[in-house]
Amino acid sequence: MLSQLPALQVVIPLIAAPLCVILRNKEISCLVSQAVSIVSFLISLILLQQVLNQNVISYALGGWLAPIGIEYRLDILNTFILVIVSGISSIVTIYSKKSIEHEIDSEKIYLFYTGYLLMFSGLLGMSITGDAFNVFVFIEISSLSSYAMIAMGKDRRAVSASFTYLVMGTVGATFFLIGVGLMYAMTGTLNMADLAERLPKVYETKAILVSFAFISIGILLKLALFPLHLWLPNAYTYAPSVVSAFLSATATKVAIYLLIRFGYTVFGSDFVFIKYPTAEILASLAIVAIIVCSLVAIFQTNIKRLLAFSSLAQVGYIILGISLNNLNGLTAAIVHIFNHAISKGALFLAMGCIALVIGSVKIKDMEGLGKKMPFTAFAIVIGGLSLIGVPLTAGFISKWYIILGALDKGWWVLAILLLLTSLLALVYVWRIIEAMYFRSSENVYKINEAPISMLIPMYVLVIMTIYFGIETSFSAGLASEAAKFLIGT
Amino acid sequence: MINYIPPGLILIIAGFLLLIVPKQLFKPIALVSPLITILLTIQVPDGVILKSSFLDYSIELIEGDKLARLFALIFSIMAIGGTIFAINNIKSRELGFAFIYAGSAIGVTFSGDLISMFVFWEIMAIGSTMVIWNGLEKSSHKAGFRYALIHFFGGVILMIGIIGHIYQSGSSNFTTIELNSWPQWLMLFGILINAGAWPISSWIGDAYPEASASGMVFLSAFTTKTAVFVLLKSFPGTEVLIYIGIFMIFYGIIYALLENDMRRILAYSIVNQVGFMVTGIGIGTEMALNGAAAHAFAHIIYKALLLMSAGSVLYMTGKRKCTDLGGLYRTMPITTICGIIGALAISSFPLTSGFISKSMISQGAADQHLTYVWFLLTAASAGVFLHAGIKFPWFVFFQKDSGLRPKDPPLNMKVSMIIFAALCIILGTFPSLLYSILPFNVNYVPYTSGHVVAYLQLLLFAGLAFFILLPQMKRTLTISLDSDWFFRVIGKKLINYFSIELNILSDGIKRGTPEQINSFIEQIFKYHGPSGILAKTLPTGRTIFWVIIIFALFLFLTFVS
Repeated sequence: MLSQLPALQVVIPLIAAPLCVILRNKEISCLVSQAVSIVSFLISLILLQQVLNQNVISYALGGWLAPIGIEYRLDILNTFILVIVSGISSIVTIYSKKSIEHEIDSEKIYLFYTGYLLMFSGLLGMSITGDAFNVFVFIEISSLSSYAMIAMGKDRRAVSASFTYLVMGTVGATFFLIGVGLMYAMTGTLNMADLAERLPKVYETKAILVSFAFISIGILLKLALFPLHLWLPNAYTYAPSVVSAFLSATATKVAIYLLIRFGYTVFGSDFVFIKYPTAEILASLAIVAIIVCSLVAIFQTNIKRLLAFSSLAQVGYIILGISLNNLNGLTAAIVHIFNHAISKGALFLAMGCIALVIGSVKIKDMEGLGKKMPFTAFAIVIGGLSLIGVPLTAGFISKWYIILGALDKGWWVLAILLLLTSLLALVYVWRIIEAMYFRSSENVYKINEAPISMLIPMYVLVIMTIYFGIETSFSAGLASEAAKFLIGT
Repeated sequence: MINYIPPGLILIIAGFLLLIVPKQLFKPIALVSPLITILLTIQVPDGVILKSSFLDYSIELIEGDKLARLFALIFSIMAIGGTIFAINNIKSRELGFAFIYAGSAIGVTFSGDLISMFVFWEIMAIGSTMVIWNGLEKSSHKAGFRYALIHFFGGVILMIGIIGHIYQSGSSNFTTIELNSWPQWLMLFGILINAGAWPISSWIGDAYPEASASGMVFLSAFTTKTAVFVLLKSFPGTEVLIYIGIFMIFYGIIYALLENDMRRILAYSIVNQVGFMVTGIGIGTEMALNGAAAHAFAHIIYKALLLMSAGSVLYMTGKRKCTDLGGLYRTMPITTICGIIGALAISSFPLTSGFISKSMISQGAADQHLTYVWFLLTAASAGVFLHAGIKFPWFVFFQKDSGLRPKDPPLNMKVSMIIFAALCIILGTFPSLLYSILPFNVNYVPYTSGHVVAYLQLLLFAGLAFFILLPQMKRTLTISLDSDWFFRVIGKKLINYFSIELNILSDGIKRGTPEQINSFIEQIFKYHGPSGILAKTLPTGRTIFWVIIIFALFLFLTFVS
């Protein structure tokens, strides 16, 4: 049984999805998603335990061994991603019930959970698989279901946002597929480990260079690095709150994982960072992303949109960490995947509470919420502090490592610039806090705090945001193990 | 085991409790927790006694030494005094945040490593911002935000410095630091921002007076003095600090003389007083360092006393401008007397705490044969007497009759003022009380007849000058340009000339946003605002355009390389 866990990790949500369609019951499908998420989370924890003991787990799907069959290959990095995805999913599904009932037509709810489970299994599959073509399959599974979920948003603009995302997502996936095809043509294998062995022999060929460009662009589109981000803000803004929270905490993060995987494992860091100026391209795009997206976030009036742009800026930090190509930089990137998932997750869940209670996420409608919804408002404060990177919050840890990484590289001007950009985050977080606490609302009608079933999952994330700002042996410890594993020291 | 609780933590926890507890528990917690803090502070022995770890670094949450105990002691005394002063202010969340603020300041003093120091440093910035925000006037929100921006900016600079320093030296130990390359300079710069050093000093005059009456009492004590503490511990004897300190001294005097708002006068005088301490640290001999530490100790008490008395006036009359006040001594005798004692102490009048501390700094300068420094310090002492020693009490309590007839403030405020006034005099009368807890041994006798007579003469002539120049002094109350142009125009021009570049950050935002900044923000808004080109999201074509551009970029760069 234990040896079959890697398969179960993906298969359970995949089977549960059609189950929801068959049952056609919103209560049960919600329960099913919750149960599946929690089971997946437990599985990922067990896998993590195993990986820590034996370093790498290789699992041949269906008993077909690697070159012919599909291999699931687990190391510290992707097991860590599995834990993040399934952990966030557990929290989000527990949170989702009231919020979904409010934001989605009652007869569509079972379809929503179907899509959710499909997307969940797609994300898990993207992380777990050791086969390049299989990655494409799971990208499509997760993307198609996320288009559907975004389109379920209450706002009619959700449909057009979803359509834009569909076009961009398809372009990205196609680019990725072309890249994989070229690699296959050159090496005759799709297995990542085999690719890593055979690619060095054909490094010099133009086909491999082109395939690398295709794959990078495809992934960068998925992870929404500026200026390939245009699909993301609308998608996050008009999607149901639960979807925004889940997408921002996991979907872009898994895409980032793919970038790390292809950069460090498949192509190898010598090829990617030393032979070719990928690092310079990524770093300059990332810096522009951080500055521009933070500035755009400052002027937003819709908080979900503000958070979406802030996510884009945070993606910039992660990409920058990767492009530093040293232990501390990579650690920063991986630990920020985790830290940003929990703090941004908490913030989007808080937006869900606000959307539920006051029916709007406009900054002017949030005036005076500090008194009326004290718990939700406080959660936003903590999440916001973590975005700024204040000590004792998770964001600080990421900031610390990325500075170390920049110093390792000798880029201390960059280090200063990075820290100064956290002041931009201070400005946009301050705008929310100011509205909530220091402006009194004109509305006199009474507002209640969000239901406890939403507050508890949200506070799990809030407490984690603080906990992982102080005790970092899990988050930063695993991240630096993973980084060491990738860099090979 | 109780020894191992970090004293600052008690106050921080109490602060959080105060934010949420029901009314009945508010006063007991507020009064008892600072007392516990004092008890714990006194008992901290020398050396590292509480260790932990963070990332790969060891964290020393409590490392006791004489200097740390001295500052922690005065911070906790201050917490008690401030609490008594503000105890009836249950409605506002101010006291809770003030406790967090004070607790983190104590945390800084006991930090044995740079990381925990920095963490407490940042909590302090948050706590103090919250205290300002609870001034609950429209202007205090904006001032609080400017304050937060400046302090987070300072925090960022300090953080880069600390990381760079740890990276270079491999040690996160919080101890004397050699100024030999950029991380150390950045650290120094970050700390000086909190000390209110020129060129980024306008935040003190800008933000502090926007806090509530009791809020400013707290604010005056911790931020700048924590910076002084860190300078004392890390950068003693750094020559550049002498010049920075002297500049601060005169900056404070000139701006205070030009000011009309009574609490802003006192805010500028904080810059001035911290200038004395910074100069002492720059001189760096045992005598001067002792002087700086003692002066910080004494200063916290008398500045709090002055602000309590100004706060009482504000509380009872609701007015803060010197022009609106005057003649209050008839109906507010206790406030007047306490205010005068504070004013005498800040002017280093013999038998007050200021006398025994400031003279040590001058002595330090004299011992090192720093003639100019000694001369400037002495001249500045006269200036202090002018702006804070006489100007504040004269215009607020005497001068003309403003027609206001407020009573003395409520009992708790009177009690706190009387306690602090008594402390000023006790310390001044029995200098050995303070001298015995200073970081180095003291062989200094402040009360020699020559010294006392010299000082009295200095103060006498300064006082005389004040009353002779009274018409000019008064004219500062209306905005006019007259024969006082020397101070007003030349002095201000001189300072502005040097500081215009950096002060545009703070001063510029402070006095209504000037045009350049507005148009700068407009430019940003044009491109980044909700309808700006960088915020647009709909067109699919544009993404495809970018996909192609970046794809081409990738190909081009990989093929040419």
